[in-house]
Amino acid sequence: MPENAVTAVSPPSWFGQARRYARRHPIVTGSVLFLILLFLLAMVVPWLSPYASAKGSDTQFGHPDGHHWFGTDVHGRDLFTRVFAGARISLLVGLVGTGVSLVIGVGWGMVAGYFGGRLDGILMRFVDILYSLPGIVLVIVLITALEPTVKVVAEHAAPGLVRLVRLLFLFVGLGAVSWLTMARIIRGQVLSLRTRSFVLASQSLGAGPLRILWYHILPNVTGLVVVYLTLTVPAIILYESFLSYLGLGIQPPDASLGTLIAEGAGQINPLQINWWLVVFPGGVLASTLLALSFVGDGVKDALDPRAER
Amino acid sequence: MAPLLDVEELKVVYPGPKNLWGRSRNSVHAVNGVSLTVHPGEALGLVGESGCGKTTLGRAILRLIRSSSGRVLFQGEDWLQLSSAELRGRRRHAQMIFQDPNSSLNPRRTVGASIGEALEIHRLVNGPAGRRTRIRELLTSVGLPEDSEGRYPHEFSGGQRQRIGIARALAVEPKLIVCDEPVSALDVSVQAQIVNLLQELQGARHLAYLFISHDLAVVEHLCGRIAVMYLGRLVEVGPSREVCRSPAHPYTQALVSAVPQMHADGVPRLHLRGDPPSPVNPPSGCPFHPRCPVAEARCRTEPPLLRSIGPNRQVACHLAV
Repeated sequence: MPENAVTAVSPPSWFGQARRYARRHPIVTGSVLFLILLFLLAMVVPWLSPYASAKGSDTQFGHPDGHHWFGTDVHGRDLFTRVFAGARISLLVGLVGTGVSLVIGVGWGMVAGYFGGRLDGILMRFVDILYSLPGIVLVIVLITALEPTVKVVAEHAAPGLVRLVRLLFLFVGLGAVSWLTMARIIRGQVLSLRTRSFVLASQSLGAGPLRILWYHILPNVTGLVVVYLTLTVPAIILYESFLSYLGLGIQPPDASLGTLIAEGAGQINPLQINWWLVVFPGGVLASTLLALSFVGDGVKDALDPRAER
Repeated sequence: MAPLLDVEELKVVYPGPKNLWGRSRNSVHAVNGVSLTVHPGEALGLVGESGCGKTTLGRAILRLIRSSSGRVLFQGEDWLQLSSAELRGRRRHAQMIFQDPNSSLNPRRTVGASIGEALEIHRLVNGPAGRRTRIRELLTSVGLPEDSEGRYPHEFSGGQRQRIGIARALAVEPKLIVCDEPVSALDVSVQAQIVNLLQELQGARHLAYLFISHDLAVVEHLCGRIAVMYLGRLVEVGPSREVCRSPAHPYTQALVSAVPQMHADGVPRLHLRGDPPSPVNPPSGCPFHPRCPVAEARCRTEPPLLRSIGPNRQVACHLAV
């Protein structure tokens, strides 16, 4: 093909490469664009919307129309605004919680797998113990135990700070129970990587453990990590909605996609099916999770130098 | 001349499964009291069948695995006694080339990064320009194109990857290279190229090799001396030509007679019966006696020691003369 011949001679520009990639991987590219769009909407909509996300009105259970694109809820709040305000919180919790679980899980698994022996035994038994406890209960206990701290903050600080502290505890709590599987997966992979001869070669060159972990082990587990991350983000978003349902996560009038779906599902009855209360937040959540997993797959392939470019 | 490497009574034991009291049974004596020397600029071949402990011995010498007892004197210094920081500083003097060219290079790093790693660790070059020049120089010296540095290992053939592995080992200007079956994973035509390259480099850089192989023909071609290993012990050591033409140990005789078209015309084809015994339960006396065609009563009870039978020749057999 003549185009390819040209690209082989002069390396294509960044934009040209992106266009070539987009042509070859339309689904991944579409997913990335969708996530960017969602991100922008989540940032902009609650801010630009004529309706405040938390403020009620007299038009309860309004059907979607020209004023309220996604309809209104039981308190007459504009669902369009609330869905994107909720998406903002959900994405934040999902990404930060995943970040916490990433750092703990990858670090824990790499150390256990690389050093092996007694240290491995201790680290992995600890993981087993945490595994045997139901994670969600652990988070509930953790958040409840931290509640007095929130109260202290509430007495002395602005309400905005209280929300932030609550959110922070939620991140830490969710991240802290979601790293276990990551640690196990990474450990298994590292166990097989550390006997490969390129690791031995690096050792015989005088490389220390930190260098080997960083340059030789970590790059060879990234594919696995990325794929597992795209599974962790949705799991944490779902965890969060469950916690919020119990009244431990996001507190009303704030909303996340999870609380919106839960609220909406509660309003459905045989006499009056307010479908928009479930379909819009649910649709946004489902398509976000789907897009995330496509992007994860794409990133994994793009990181593999053996894959065709 | 003082030896570059002097291994004394080296033992490597892999502990077996532990029982309830933390005591280990069924330990594997992979290397069972091996002593050998390698002089500067010399190539010593180490031959033996699969599972006899060749690779373990090579790795134990470089302290890539833990030895149970013995000494590894490298330039007069016992590597087994060094702290890990001291060891790291000295590692550049002894390098390793690996058997499998597929797993000996990190698939996620470019060739330049793999070769340059050693330069960074030991701070052997100044700045990126010096590093680049040095990497190109190394690539050229192993017969690869200079522009290979930006490419990934999967873009190269097995023989080329082995050349990259050699360049990486050479980067730190070692005095000794342990070659762990460097050609056995390659095509025969490529094997010859790599062996010739190793030979050239040895002459040009005054390298010493510990060349581990199960291929007597390759070893005889490349190495001045040969050490034959059986079940974790050395059974015969001597100059290559002598060992190949007039092997003294029955095991060496069998090995030599199994090589097609060697000069060992006087040696009749010896067929060994059975498999090598398990190193978990080595036989009493001489470890070779169950398969030995000439074993006597005392071979079953009395383990033979490695003894001199001529200038530079040693053999561990009661019956050898």
